[in-house]
Amino acid sequence: MTVLRVQDAKRSFGTTQALAGVSLELGEGELLGLLGPNGAGKTTLVRALAGRVRLDGGTIELFGRRLSPTEARDGLGVVPQEIALYPLLTARENLEAFGSFNGLRGAALRERVGWALEWTGLAERAREPIRRFSGGMKRRLNIACGVLHEPRVILLDEPTVGVDPQSRERIYEMLDRLRERGVSLLLTTHQLDEAEARCERIVIVDHGRVIAAGTLDELVRDTVGERRTATVRLDRAPDAPLEGMTAGDGATLWSAPVRDVDADVAALLARVAAAGRSVVDLELRRPSLQSVFLHLTGRELRE
Amino acid sequence: MIGTLLRIHSTNLRRDRVAQLLTFVVPMAFFTIFALVFGGRGRDVTPRVHLAVVDESRTPTSARLVQALRAEKSLVVLTRMRRGGPAGDTTLVPIDRARAGQLVRDGEAPLALVLPAGLDTSLARFDGGGTPLQLLSDPSDPIAPQVVGGLLQKVVMTAMPDLFMQRGIGEFERYTGPLTPQQRRGVDQWLPRLRSQAARDATAPFGAAAAPGAGAARTSADSSGNAAFSGLAKVEVVPVLGRKQDTGMISFYAAAIAVMFLLFTASAVAGTLLDEVDSGTLERVLSSRVGMTGLLAGKWTWMTLLGVLQIVVMFVYGMLVFRLDLLHHLPGFAVMTVFTAATTAAFGLFLASLCRTRAQLGGISTLVILVMSALGGSMFPRFLMTPVMQRAGLVTFNAWALDGYVKVFWREAPLGALLPQLGMLVGFLVLFLALARLFARRWERA
Repeated sequence: MTVLRVQDAKRSFGTTQALAGVSLELGEGELLGLLGPNGAGKTTLVRALAGRVRLDGGTIELFGRRLSPTEARDGLGVVPQEIALYPLLTARENLEAFGSFNGLRGAALRERVGWALEWTGLAERAREPIRRFSGGMKRRLNIACGVLHEPRVILLDEPTVGVDPQSRERIYEMLDRLRERGVSLLLTTHQLDEAEARCERIVIVDHGRVIAAGTLDELVRDTVGERRTATVRLDRAPDAPLEGMTAGDGATLWSAPVRDVDADVAALLARVAAAGRSVVDLELRRPSLQSVFLHLTGRELRE
Repeated sequence: MIGTLLRIHSTNLRRDRVAQLLTFVVPMAFFTIFALVFGGRGRDVTPRVHLAVVDESRTPTSARLVQALRAEKSLVVLTRMRRGGPAGDTTLVPIDRARAGQLVRDGEAPLALVLPAGLDTSLARFDGGGTPLQLLSDPSDPIAPQVVGGLLQKVVMTAMPDLFMQRGIGEFERYTGPLTPQQRRGVDQWLPRLRSQAARDATAPFGAAAAPGAGAARTSADSSGNAAFSGLAKVEVVPVLGRKQDTGMISFYAAAIAVMFLLFTASAVAGTLLDEVDSGTLERVLSSRVGMTGLLAGKWTWMTLLGVLQIVVMFVYGMLVFRLDLLHHLPGFAVMTVFTAATTAAFGLFLASLCRTRAQLGGISTLVILVMSALGGSMFPRFLMTPVMQRAGLVTFNAWALDGYVKVFWREAPLGALLPQLGMLVGFLVLFLALARLFARRWERA
């Protein structure tokens, strides 16, 4: 079931067209990755979804109901990229504040704050001002403040930026627990490996438009193709170039495209053997999201 | 290395307009204000002291004295007032002693001069005897009695030389025997000429005729506030708010300092709005159920409560340490404090909403608050400024707040007398809140 639907969203700031007709859908319990280079329109889209930017055109539907630009988004949670918390307040006080801002009161607020402290693993540090917290702890609390009111759709803007791998793992564990409850997540990130590993579907936007959408396999198939790359490291440099293979860094590293893993890898190993060399190491790599992303958006810097 | 550091700092200063403002403009602004307050420029009119005059003597001599005082350019002589005070009906009634005292208490005039019955026998006495002239004074203005006391000596001397002649001859006869008939005829012919000469001098520009009086003024100014002036006219200064004189000044400065720092506090607290913009917290809060109006209302309420607490702490400290009489003025104090804190909070929000960065707010608020404090009387009492500067100060809301506190603590004014001040504060409050809300629109939906 589609919980969030954006159709033909348009928005310009002066002469700059930030959104030029974006359309996307988010299914129930889905983790959708929203990717794009800097200035592609991701932030404008997220702000429009949160009700912070008016669209010039297009519609946003939440749970099948069209949203007006100004109405409150009670079913929506927003987790900003910034640590948007009150630094002198404790973890508990921050949770209470943002819970209150989102309409929670009394016992319901206390129950949700207790849940959030347990969910983030911050229960033992609940009474400490958060300015003493590590980056990872602040990130977890930052997320918790956006989901306290139990929204069924959550917008996460770079939720793991600047944290160590352990904290990143913990954050994704937290998000997995939300998804187990049927919560839908729209995640914007520049961490392509994370998006590749975590997201069920991916939407890539550039210049205010959706330029690709689908599962990773679909994106790979529709863009760079499913051809894998085999890379071998030899014991010694060959006397002559190996047919159909490309030399990599150093004379012992050689690569070749692989369409049929069985046949092509066997042929590659045979060519090495024929050259009188032995294979020290072999890597078979499928096309990554990174290659898809660069294929679609180019290598030119966006500044 | 030092050269590199100098280049970095000079480049920073060149590109930081706020720093330039604080370094060069703020000192000049202060210099200008204090030059206008204390210096000659800006005094486009000669400062004039409003003097209520009560003629209880009702003799030709007292009438001549009143006339001479009227001719004095540095005085505005009031002998009649509206029935029921400035806010009363337009019927003019003579000012009697009670009304004069009330005028001084209400701050409508810093001084009232009472010409007592028996004035004719008091003036120009060489033995220091007789009933003294009385100056009913407001101790908040310690300068006015000194100035007017000196002017009185001058006026008596220059406007009524014939009286001195008569007194002198009387003394002469007392010790040396009566004048001969020929001498008596000469004196009788001379006195009217002297009287008419004095009348002409009284209407002449302040100049040579004033010179003798200037010496008398200096002599009088040397005497302390409550002491009788020595000189040609014996003058007694009667403070109508006398018992409050010591603690009154303390209450004034408690209010003055409290309001100035209230402004700084309000600016700093309102600056959290800009911090929240930078940190993304404002965006997040506005993504919740909280709207901009609710957010500003919450901040304004907090800043008002904080301001009330700040003023209360200041006055309680004044009460405990400097014997400030707070407990007898609680109703007026409470009303003024709430309205002052509420308006100051609104002003802080207005400043913050006007600025784009915290650094900008720091620079602008420092400039504006210090200028307002100087103009509004937090640094130097407004009632001691020139009339032009006193009027200029009324464009600042803190001047009205301080006027209200002065009414409460100095003039023992009832709550109703605070209505002009409270009305103006409410006006400023509404204006600042409206402007803050208007400027805050830029943080709402793009």
